[in-house]
Amino acid sequence: MYALELEDLVMHFGPVRAVDGVSLRIRKGSVVALVGESGSGKSTVGRSIVRLLEPTGGTVRLADADITHLSRRRLRPHRRDVSIVFQDPAGSLDPRLSVGDIVGEPLRLMRQRDTTGPVAEALRRVGLRPEVAQRSPHELSGGQRQRVSIARALISSPALLVADEPTSALDVSVQASVLNLLADLQRDLGFACLFITHDLSAVEYLADEVAVMYLGQLVEQGPRERIFGVPAHPYTQALLSAAPVPNPVAQRARQPVLLGDDLPSPIDPPPGCRFHTRCPVAVEKCRTVVPEARVIGEGGHQVACHLVSDDGTGPDVRERPGRWGGESIQTQSNETGVAR
Amino acid sequence: MAVADVTVSAGTPLSSRRRKVVRRLLRNPLAITGLVVLGIAVFAALFAPWLAPHEPTDTHLSQAFAAPGTPGYVLGTDDLGRDVLSRIMFGLRASLHVGMLAVATSLAIGVPLGLMAGYFRTIDALISRFTDLVLAFPFLILAVGLAAIRGASLGNAAIAIGIAQIPGVIRIVRSETLRLKSLDFVSAAIVEGAGDLWVIGRHILPNAASVIIVQATVAIPAAILGEAVLSFLGLGIQPPAPSLGTMLADAQQFAAKAPWAAVMPGVAIMLIALAFNIVGDSLRDALDPKASRR
Amino acid sequence: MSAISKVNTEPPAGTGQVGSTAAGTGQAGSNAAGTGGVGVPVLEVRGLTVTFRTEDGPLSAVDRVDFEVADQEVLAVVGESGCGKSVTAMSLAGLLPRTASVDGSVRLDGRELVGADKKTLRSIRGREIAYIFQEPMTSLNPVFTVGNQIGEVLRIHNGLSRSTARKRSVELLKLVGIPSAERRIDDYPHQLSGGMRQRVMIAMAVACDPKVLIADEPTTALDVTIQAGILDVLRGLRERLGTSIVLITHDLGVVADLADRVAVMYAGRVVETANVNELFAQPKHPYTAGLLAASPSAGRHAGTHRLNEIPGLVPVLAEQPNACTFADRCSRARDTCTTEQPLLTAEGTPNHHVACWNPVREPVEV
Repeated sequence: MYALELEDLVMHFGPVRAVDGVSLRIRKGSVVALVGESGSGKSTVGRSIVRLLEPTGGTVRLADADITHLSRRRLRPHRRDVSIVFQDPAGSLDPRLSVGDIVGEPLRLMRQRDTTGPVAEALRRVGLRPEVAQRSPHELSGGQRQRVSIARALISSPALLVADEPTSALDVSVQASVLNLLADLQRDLGFACLFITHDLSAVEYLADEVAVMYLGQLVEQGPRERIFGVPAHPYTQALLSAAPVPNPVAQRARQPVLLGDDLPSPIDPPPGCRFHTRCPVAVEKCRTVVPEARVIGEGGHQVACHLVSDDGTGPDVRERPGRWGGESIQTQSNETGVAR
Repeated sequence: MAVADVTVSAGTPLSSRRRKVVRRLLRNPLAITGLVVLGIAVFAALFAPWLAPHEPTDTHLSQAFAAPGTPGYVLGTDDLGRDVLSRIMFGLRASLHVGMLAVATSLAIGVPLGLMAGYFRTIDALISRFTDLVLAFPFLILAVGLAAIRGASLGNAAIAIGIAQIPGVIRIVRSETLRLKSLDFVSAAIVEGAGDLWVIGRHILPNAASVIIVQATVAIPAAILGEAVLSFLGLGIQPPAPSLGTMLADAQQFAAKAPWAAVMPGVAIMLIALAFNIVGDSLRDALDPKASRR
Repeated sequence: MSAISKVNTEPPAGTGQVGSTAAGTGQAGSNAAGTGGVGVPVLEVRGLTVTFRTEDGPLSAVDRVDFEVADQEVLAVVGESGCGKSVTAMSLAGLLPRTASVDGSVRLDGRELVGADKKTLRSIRGREIAYIFQEPMTSLNPVFTVGNQIGEVLRIHNGLSRSTARKRSVELLKLVGIPSAERRIDDYPHQLSGGMRQRVMIAMAVACDPKVLIADEPTTALDVTIQAGILDVLRGLRERLGTSIVLITHDLGVVADLADRVAVMYAGRVVETANVNELFAQPKHPYTAGLLAASPSAGRHAGTHRLNEIPGLVPVLAEQPNACTFADRCSRARDTCTTEQPLLTAEGTPNHHVACWNPVREPVEV
């Protein structure tokens, strides 16, 4: 049973191919992290799932119901199936309403009259005192606002929570408490969660599975231990090696893979593998043939890369420090020259 | 369960924001000046029948062209010996009446259209064409046409002015709606299953209110000036009832002989327009959350 | 300028020199750690206090901050939002708005900058102290080419001719690792990616060979795969041009990567300064320890299921002269902590300073 099934999801905005064929399943009660950098289309996937956007193609199924093209009215019965928490703690709460009105809004929309009790309970669950209901959002700190957002999202007991970078705008110490809160709530309430983030390290202890997105497509997905332990796609490897660790001795011993700065445009994505323009190990085939996602290991570990063999062995760009990083910048510069 | 004891400092209740705006407004000396001038004007207009030393239409031919300072006629008299001060007080009544009515008309039509244009993409183009049309249509011809159909009156002048002000209201409400619509709390409401009416009525309109209020404050003096123009042309209030505009128009004929009869209502128009504009500007600054650190 | 010509003979940064770059860093790092506080500092900040006038009364954003930056040293000023790190950075060359009043002393090569007249500040700003800001998108003028904008800096400050300025600009772009700089120099900002734009900003900042480069969250707006390249460029600058860098950041990973010494700020005060290795290995202020434990990092939390939290909220910056600002969130707080403000004092090693009445002495597992 799946809380969410995405099949070949496509979302184009005019010429911009923001999402181009993403297939992803989330089992009931499990946490999947969708990781990608800016422009990867990860937030667009999230907004398609809650149907803030109507997909250009593919299907979105929530608890076995196809909601891809339902109208707003027809979507209403499914609102208990999914909720969303946004990144920006300032913009996600209506400044004119009290916290109680904000958190109680989903219930009120379900024609529930008395919301005081449930609101107090929801606030308590996210670690806020019930008195906070009388306050206005601008009196709260960023972390507290994000807790209010979570309380609102969970008050209707959704089967799936889409968390779109819920901690990216917060300070490190606050980030930790919000991540812990989400982990606790997920364990206690058992909802499934799509955790969208640009930061792999934030999800390591939270996610059961990880899916990595690059330029509108998934390049790799699989169980957390596999993605962190034996990442197969060069981009996943680069992403893991690029984030600096807060330990100077370890950090300086590492060699980040330098991919070059020029992210190709989603208006005109590169042919073949979309990552080939920045990939340190790309070969001729990568420039022309689109790699299909293949299962390469247990737990449904999938990767879309020509260079990874069926048993999961392949190049590790982290073992080719410097040399590959350096060359990649040069080749990439030539290519952008051609492209422009 | 993580009950991180996240305490919220004992602070101000929800209305604190409004109070802060008022406090900010009152700290601005210019705003206070504007408010005082408006207060006096409104007071004078409201209580004109009791405050005015003379009836505005009473003629005292023996006292015609009395200079300002003449006992009993503080601001002088006009060609028919009517007291200028009394006429200004009653004229203010007419002017403020027109200002309010015109702005009410423009808001009543402009706000819903602006909300719709900003919220529904499909209607946007249609409404934008309508705004273009109104903008392209000469305001005076509109007023003349309306006067021709319904007769020249203060109310009709106000409606003509109001119609002419609709495009400005639409534009401001539309852009504010577009901004608010892109914010996540609107998205959150939509995900929760809120309908369009709910989203507009509960989230967008209340948040756009401050912008609308500022727009109204700035539109009133424009309407007052518009009334002066229309009355000057005989399309507004009908003599002998005074309005600031008609007083200006009438005084023209003998401006060389009794300049005060033209200057005094002119100064009144200027002061009141200035006061509204200053208050509008100060209100805009006071409502700007980014200004809080200044 | 000599440093820039020196660059000519070397390959541009970030192109195949990564291995040697890193090796060099280790060296420079240990050098700086040795000289930190001993040699003559390039930049010396003493008792820096910044107060803003607001409608709710004066708001102190930076409270008696002391630090110094040695030649070729990278000092990281680290802290969370509202701790005063950015205000500190801006006050270093008078970039604060007029509502701010600055007290204390900022000395660049012995010259006092606090209270200096506008003309002096203008000649120092850009020439001897240069800035890189967080947002590379808005820091460049969209209607001029990249070459135009770098060239302008060179022509104003160094009086170069148009053609020499262009040649230098190409060199600078190569220095910051922009491939095919000869061609890229005629690009407009919108033709460049975020990372490239930040590289251009760095090129402009170092155009006049400044003594001190202040980098205010230089990689915060960028993706990690691009951040790695920018950090590499900054590292290269220190080595090739000998620039001292004040790195303002909230990211402990970035600190670990680049800094020689670290000053940790909390609620407007510096609470701990130490050599980078020492700080991460043995944080002595409870806040530093908490911050380190709270930051997630790949590979560290496999198996564990919780991150460490620091309870409570960052205090509103108000007058708390007679207390430790961290006391009410601190599990080690004692009575003294709420009645007397701890000052920075050496603890353990001579270069490790901490402002705490009850510093962490037991080994910390990080």
